Amino acid sequence: MNSGNILVITEHKEGAVTSGTLEAIGAGRYVSDRLNTGLSVVVLGSSISALSSAISNTGIDNIYLIENHLLTQYTSDAHLAALYPFIKTNEPSIILIPSTCLGRDLAPKLAARLKTAYLSDVSGIEVNVPSPLAGEGKGEGIFEGQILFTRPVYGGRLLSTVKCRGEMPWVVTLRSRAFEKPAAPASKSPKIETLPVDIDSSYIRTIIKNMEKTQKGLGLTDADIVISGGRGMKGTQGFKMLEELAGILGGVVGASGAAVDAGWMPHSAQVGQTGKVVSPKLYIACGISGAPQHLAGMSTSKCVVAINKDPDAPIFKAADYGIAGDIFEVLPVLIEELKR
Amino acid sequence: MNIIALIKQVPDTAVDLKINTEATDIMYQDIPWVINPYDEYAVEEALRIKEKNGGSVTVISMGPDRAADIIRSSIAMGADDGIHLKDAAFDGSDAYRAAFILSKIASVSGYDIILAGKQAVDDGWGQVGPALAEILNIPSVSSILKLEISEDKKTATAHREIDEGLEIVEVPLPALFTIQQGINKPRYASLPGIMRAKKKEIKVFNADELGISQGETGREASLIMLRKLFKPPERKKGEMLKGNVMSAVKELINRLRNEAKVI
Repeated sequence: MNSGNILVITEHKEGAVTSGTLEAIGAGRYVSDRLNTGLSVVVLGSSISALSSAISNTGIDNIYLIENHLLTQYTSDAHLAALYPFIKTNEPSIILIPSTCLGRDLAPKLAARLKTAYLSDVSGIEVNVPSPLAGEGKGEGIFEGQILFTRPVYGGRLLSTVKCRGEMPWVVTLRSRAFEKPAAPASKSPKIETLPVDIDSSYIRTIIKNMEKTQKGLGLTDADIVISGGRGMKGTQGFKMLEELAGILGGVVGASGAAVDAGWMPHSAQVGQTGKVVSPKLYIACGISGAPQHLAGMSTSKCVVAINKDPDAPIFKAADYGIAGDIFEVLPVLIEELKR
Repeated sequence: MNIIALIKQVPDTAVDLKINTEATDIMYQDIPWVINPYDEYAVEEALRIKEKNGGSVTVISMGPDRAADIIRSSIAMGADDGIHLKDAAFDGSDAYRAAFILSKIASVSGYDIILAGKQAVDDGWGQVGPALAEILNIPSVSSILKLEISEDKKTATAHREIDEGLEIVEVPLPALFTIQQGINKPRYASLPGIMRAKKKEIKVFNADELGISQGETGREASLIMLRKLFKPPERKKGEMLKGNVMSAVKELINRLRNEAKVI
């Protein structure tokens, strides 16, 4: 890899590259094209050689496969032990990682070990044309002042634009569904290298005892369709209707803070300022009034449908299509009509 | 067991947020300051670990004078000691610099378990906890929903939130854990607790007392610079679908299929 490349750290599950990784490659393409640098991708794990075919047509320059049986399951200790020397040797300029549970665990520790800037949950990147006089303030970053990152603050109620300085690589996690996957297959094919790595098992202090899968299929933040319920669902019984609708549409069920506080849904399903931020293609808000705390978590959705008894509910101001009606009358009809 | 809970004071985000004219910050007039909700879960979890396993709970906060409020409210909940890191040289520190400052006091006070909210609800970096573990060279487990200490107090088992569900992780102590919402329901302060918190002396440390040199912290040392704060574009109000339930639903399905093309 050439020094100064953009580097994407791949996340993969059950033998498949995640959509967040493809979005990171898409963001990386934009940055590397503008800065005229190369784009490299690193995959960590064991038996990962087949993964390279899933990303080899995405317009990247290099794929590095770092293989070791200690990387089979994610632990920050093993991943850092493998990544740190790799990064020190190859000197990327910016490291892009999907902002998932893995990314938000690994990335801040990686940046702390590298002693370089860390940006979490970035939802926008803007690269300005290089200028020889670029840069405000001190710092040695070669891209000083050229790259602006946008990220949500106050749980998505506001956005902030920030820039980094200091030594590179800067470590950046990217918000799910905020960046486009690479467009049409690229003609150039990447150079693929397998790098066996020695990891001293005594570095790994955390032991994974077990994993409990509670999520069937996609998670809330990855889903194309999210159907959320609020106080108007009146109880767990109401959410069963939403599960049925989600089943028909291939969506995932979320909840407002009020429904979670009432104990009808787990915290992990909460959409909003203190829960998850989602940007699906379709968001259906059922019995949700639309407090600012909730809107902060879903207002970047592509299409929003609101169904609520109160025609003056604020949620309608954020909805593309609204139906003012009793959720217990509207939903059964919607389910029946969609089944036809 | 020496249990530390790291707490940060944040603007109460339940209220309306207004941006200043320079677009560099929110307007703080009339905004109440509260403990970061994730950090309040950390304090509660620290108290529960102490109640089960013995030891003491120390809360640590970095911030201006007003940060003493959340230290006192944590003592009122039951924390044994409060430490306030206060120095103009700390102002404007980014999250890594904050972790660096906290590492100095952690090394002085000693620790078996460090708990911190998984992120703050204001800037949402989610960096201080993991970076502190890295600086102290101790293991960390992020976004936990359950924590149990072994009988010999040498290891802990944490349930960590992952995208697919939960991961159960065992770590040797000392270790750092970041706390996810849902782990517990914080208690209210008791009246004797409130009385004790009023009288309790909070230990205050400045940069010098922590062995931090000029230029190591604050805005000048930080690697992240804010350029602009703004409101996300508001969604446009769409259309109310009229008619009886059947015709509104049929129209909705038609629009979703043929206009929005999302189903």
